[in-house]
Amino acid sequence: MVTATTDARSVAETVTDPELPMLTLADLGVLRDVTEEDGRVVVTITPTYSGCPAMDAMRADLIRALRAAGHERVEVRTVLHPPWSTDWISAAGRRRLAEAGIAPPGAAPRRADGPIPLTLGPTVRTVRCPRCGSADTEETSAFGATACKALRRCRACLEPFEHVKEI
Amino acid sequence: MSFDNVYEALSEDGDARWAFGTGFADPLAGVDTTVPPDVAGADLAAYCLMLGDDALVMSHRLQEWCTNAPDLEEEVALANIGLDLLGQTRMLYARAGHADGTGRGEDAYAYFREPEDFANVRLTETPRGDFGDLIAKLLVFATWRLALLQRLITSRDPVLAAIAAKGVKEVAYHRDHAAQWAVRLGDGTEESHRRMQAGLDRLWPLVGELFAPHEVEERLARAGVAADPAGLRAEFDAVLDQVLTAATLRRPDVPPEPGGGRGAHTDALAPLLAELQSVARAHPEATW
Repeated sequence: MVTATTDARSVAETVTDPELPMLTLADLGVLRDVTEEDGRVVVTITPTYSGCPAMDAMRADLIRALRAAGHERVEVRTVLHPPWSTDWISAAGRRRLAEAGIAPPGAAPRRADGPIPLTLGPTVRTVRCPRCGSADTEETSAFGATACKALRRCRACLEPFEHVKEI
Repeated sequence: MSFDNVYEALSEDGDARWAFGTGFADPLAGVDTTVPPDVAGADLAAYCLMLGDDALVMSHRLQEWCTNAPDLEEEVALANIGLDLLGQTRMLYARAGHADGTGRGEDAYAYFREPEDFANVRLTETPRGDFGDLIAKLLVFATWRLALLQRLITSRDPVLAAIAAKGVKEVAYHRDHAAQWAVRLGDGTEESHRRMQAGLDRLWPLVGELFAPHEVEERLARAGVAADPAGLRAEFDAVLDQVLTAATLRRPDVPPEPGGGRGAHTDALAPLLAELQSVARAHPEATW
């Protein structure tokens, strides 16, 4: 039986990210929950970065998609805790990122208690080139065109590419 | 439901929004913003404004580097760091508006307060200077703020704790970025070493006040809500020593700038705010 909630969930899961349009909000791990309260659909999302400028667009897109599917009363809530991590990007999402030429993130850093260690040298990570598959790549900048991406270069095929950096 | 770009998607809405970030929604929309019963709302609001003002003023100084950075990647990096801090500001201002009971929004705090109402530390407002000044400031600021936010993850205010937990992940990247530049410049050419050291020397008189507690911070630290800034000094010194050693730089030995403390400012803040606030004040009725 398709209930209103399962229908709303399946609709919300089709909404894509404004900045990484090859990913749905569900793939990205931003869509946290879809429930029904007093005849309203309540969608809960979480920001990737504090300054993520796409949150308003995500809210608008979710409301528009759900209304188009017949859910008139929609509320979008934000949760901040637990903080978003790239570990929440789904396997399908990682595949779609790579297909779009963006290297998916590795495992997010595990922080033990105590001060966070300083990284003084270039960050050594095995990031494969999404074009030729070589692991011989280097970081050119830890910051890219959106908050979640770093810039890298492949030493094998010499192409630059973006990498969703681990947080 | 397919649009060529996100601007088109936004303009589709009945809200008449036409670009990113217009028609600002409360960044804490839907977050449970109940203040813990034994915490004084006015204190919590004042504390959120301190942390928010630090981030806003620092963010403004960082965006001044757009079109002035030494290379394109660095422009993008500085803009990203500024954006992270601006995002932290928005959430902290929203928290302040809930906590003080006025319900004021972020614009009221950012655009319609006077310089004497701002509670940022003086270090954030110092003029842009050269790239050595910038890296010195970013290194000191990010090292201090990371140590602070890390302690706030266990704050008894759940909203502050959640804002801090997000911020820690971001500021860890900021600190690494500044530290790597400090090493590159300090252990680089004679000229880059000289200018990196000069940046540190000019900034250093304002470092001491980062660790001087305000009475609000003391009260909230006792209540398990804030971090006592005095307790951050050891970690700050250890990180700075590590960077300065690798960078062949020396810790400046200069006396602290007199005055200071939260609410005291240099002459640089008023012109900074005049620019930051000019559009909002010229068109106070405008809908963005």
